[in-house]
Amino acid sequence: MQLTLWTYEGPPHIGAMRIATAMRGLHYVLHAPQGDTYADLLFTMIERRDARPPVTYTTFLASDLGGDTAAIFQEAVSEAYARFRPEAMIVGASCTAELIQDDPGGLARALDLPIPVVPLELPAYQKKENWGASETFYRLVRALAGGEPTPRAERRPLCNLLGPTALGFRHRDDLAEIVTLLASLGIDVNVVAPLGATPADLGRLGAADFNVVLYPEIARAAALHLQKAFGQPFVETVPIGVRATIRFVEEVAAAAGVDPAPVLEGHGSRLPWYSRSVDSTYLTDKRVFIFGDATHALAAARVAAGELGFRVVGLGTYAREFAREVRAEAALHGIEATITDDYLDVEAAIQAAQPELVLGTQMERHIAKRLGLPCAVISAPVHVQDFPARRSPQMGFEGANVLFDTWVHPLMMGLEEHLLGMFREDAEFHAEAAPSHLGRSAPTLPDEAPSRTPVVPASETGFPSPDPLRGPASPAEGGGKSAAASSAWAPDAEKELKKIPFFVRGKARANTERFARERALPLITLETLYDAKAHYGR
Amino acid sequence: MNAHAPLPRPETGCEIRQERGQRAVFCGLTGIVWLHRKIQDAFFLVVGSRTCAHLIQSAAGVMIFAEPRFATAIIDERDLAGLADANEELDRVVRRLIERRPDIRLLFLVGSCPSEVIKLDLAQAARRLTRTFHPEVRVLSYSGSGIETTFTQGEDACLAALVPEMSRAAASAAPSLLVVGALADVVEDQFARLFADLGLAEVAFLPARRAGQLPAIGANTRILLAQPFLAETARVLEARGATRIAAPFPLGAEGTTGWLKAAADAFDVPAERFERVTAPGRARAAVALDLHRERLEGRRVFLFPDSQLELPLARFLSREMGAALVEVGTPYLHRQHLAPELALLPAGTRIVEGQDLDAQMDRCRAAQPDLTVCGLGLANPLEAEGLATKWSIELLFTPVQGYDQAGDLAELFARPLKRRARLEV
Repeated sequence: MQLTLWTYEGPPHIGAMRIATAMRGLHYVLHAPQGDTYADLLFTMIERRDARPPVTYTTFLASDLGGDTAAIFQEAVSEAYARFRPEAMIVGASCTAELIQDDPGGLARALDLPIPVVPLELPAYQKKENWGASETFYRLVRALAGGEPTPRAERRPLCNLLGPTALGFRHRDDLAEIVTLLASLGIDVNVVAPLGATPADLGRLGAADFNVVLYPEIARAAALHLQKAFGQPFVETVPIGVRATIRFVEEVAAAAGVDPAPVLEGHGSRLPWYSRSVDSTYLTDKRVFIFGDATHALAAARVAAGELGFRVVGLGTYAREFAREVRAEAALHGIEATITDDYLDVEAAIQAAQPELVLGTQMERHIAKRLGLPCAVISAPVHVQDFPARRSPQMGFEGANVLFDTWVHPLMMGLEEHLLGMFREDAEFHAEAAPSHLGRSAPTLPDEAPSRTPVVPASETGFPSPDPLRGPASPAEGGGKSAAASSAWAPDAEKELKKIPFFVRGKARANTERFARERALPLITLETLYDAKAHYGR
Repeated sequence: MNAHAPLPRPETGCEIRQERGQRAVFCGLTGIVWLHRKIQDAFFLVVGSRTCAHLIQSAAGVMIFAEPRFATAIIDERDLAGLADANEELDRVVRRLIERRPDIRLLFLVGSCPSEVIKLDLAQAARRLTRTFHPEVRVLSYSGSGIETTFTQGEDACLAALVPEMSRAAASAAPSLLVVGALADVVEDQFARLFADLGLAEVAFLPARRAGQLPAIGANTRILLAQPFLAETARVLEARGATRIAAPFPLGAEGTTGWLKAAADAFDVPAERFERVTAPGRARAAVALDLHRERLEGRRVFLFPDSQLELPLARFLSREMGAALVEVGTPYLHRQHLAPELALLPAGTRIVEGQDLDAQMDRCRAAQPDLTVCGLGLANPLEAEGLATKWSIELLFTPVQGYDQAGDLAELFARPLKRRARLEV
């Protein structure tokens, strides 16, 4: 048993729903009790979809368990077929139905429907959402893929785009960006799947010359199958960031046999110039902590270090399937990867790394808010905010521009607070003014507490604590200036500390206290402050 | 799937029929989202699957973000291998939880579909853990599983689990009133003031805001249900000797008056005093309701089954706002508790108990109501089809009971219509 409040991923049948909902002409019959229908609102409320997911739930009750739940399932399949007339169906069980072992695949097969019915085995007590999506897509591709390329002489190069799903983090916008990019290279798209594809579309996947895997979590398994079954090579470089996009363009151009030079010469991304612009100098070595799914976390680490000049002080993922790749990337930054799906571990890792910026999921956004740190969201699990009305891709050259804006903006807000601090003696600005980027309820400036501990007890901020285990901070840890330190601050040292820009002040305080503690200094003087500064450097 | 023929109900004048088929409702676990806020020193630990954890975070996450006093003990493969293991694992999880949350006084182990199917005995686990953590922490259990409970029935199961914890009132105890069902604190305080003004000395609420404040119960306790979904809680309270006061539910001015009057009559409050005490509230409600009547009068409303609040809401919409009822769905109809409501609904009202989702959506589309009250999974799809919707879960999260919230209740229904009229895109 694992104690958890927040899960980064839903159960695997949610992954299957993301595939089914992304596609057209496919219907999913899910053997599940009534509460499991909550999943509909993920799609209709978070993504604001205008139709119900194409899912029929059997919604069996306790009173059915003694009877014939298998018959209920078969009836649901028959009725769903009669009502929706899908081109193909997927059938499976959620966690509860898995326990009653009704064999949805066998039951559906016995009905002998005149359409392909693909059974799904998604072990709910072992696997999670992304695995479920990947497995579902793979099963569908394996069952339905067909077709073969026409002679190359008569047409432009043709590829499939694999991976975008419903409820994906900016999948909709990434797709538009990549389709445009491929078109500018003279490459046509044969099938995009699963997003927008019909089962019949999957039947002509084989007509493409090669595949492009946009999200390895979802589509790697399917691409490997297509490589084996149809001899299609695939490009798996995730085009997030300028350099990765350039590499992506080179790789697809090579696979298609076209010249990438015109596209690369005219790409026009603003990120390289904005990053070189002198006003960005302050971004140098900004300590950044990165956590998310593997695709986005890996890309973020590379962009942060190589394209924005940040220092990656933390990198992790909840996608254990990709632990090896994330560990290897972390090693390049001289750090140990955080591989966990327990957000309490992530919170501890963030506190230990003392970042100045957090790039994470909605959960890390909450953690960062509690710690008074700037944060930008880079990955699923998704939230209604992750479906902006405007086009906001992560991928491609425009995606790189979006990354620059979204990651630098929270820091710029922080800089504004610094200026506020500089003028703190002026009548309009005073020390009690809350940082505006943290919202009205932000309790206090971050320098008022050691950076390792929450700024104030959550109950006082008006912002609920995301931590079910910590509860209200004890007086010793909540907002106390030096609870963990045995050294006292001399008044002149304390005064000097206030002159340090606020965005490094918390770290300066923590470092000085650690320095004093390690040397058993009873009093932190001006000298201690500057000795510590020299010791830790920057 | 199996639509039964309508059952004639001459005593109510309503046409009540039952449906079976696919349902689109939450399970009882969802109640944790408001119960944990109501009982301030209680923690809710769901013993379930990743789906349960995902449900609660999704149901809550749309409206509120991460909250501190509920969690899920996710059952994994190793637990399924043998029950002895699962019990030890549960003890370990609870120990860790209580170590880190010393402020917890009451811990609910909440059963789920998987824990019910593998027959994990949470009642026994609760007794065992109570012995371990006595007297600091009391551990209780109830089921919020989807195979046994629909949405608000989770609150019913939770409150029923509290009843054995209530001490026995002396046979000579003065007559007392127990108001049953979670209400927003502001509403509870308003009712407490009204009951005091009516001269009722002994008034208590279930659930109490803190675990240690449970009132005593006995033969002199009268219970007044504040929510229509408390079948089991009422049953166990009655088994402890309490008497239920039949009343409509306090939604709208009329419902509130009927509800208060039933209590006043049970305690022999003089009619003159009742008039005097309730007059200001009735007058304020009348003013507030007038503001929204024009928007709702004559509008045709279709209610999908969700919280069991549908009947009182339909009665309010019909009698106080002048709306026409196309269909009133309810996941479950407690004919006895809802008798006063059934009596107030217009003759011929079509009430559908249970659900066959696709058939019901077909009826809704065919009827083209002016306003459809439904769950979050259906609202946007129906809006996209051109129907104005009010998502029903908001009716549970918003304080809507009592005189001073009657206008707010009307406004919740009027807002989608107002918005449609306002938008030019």
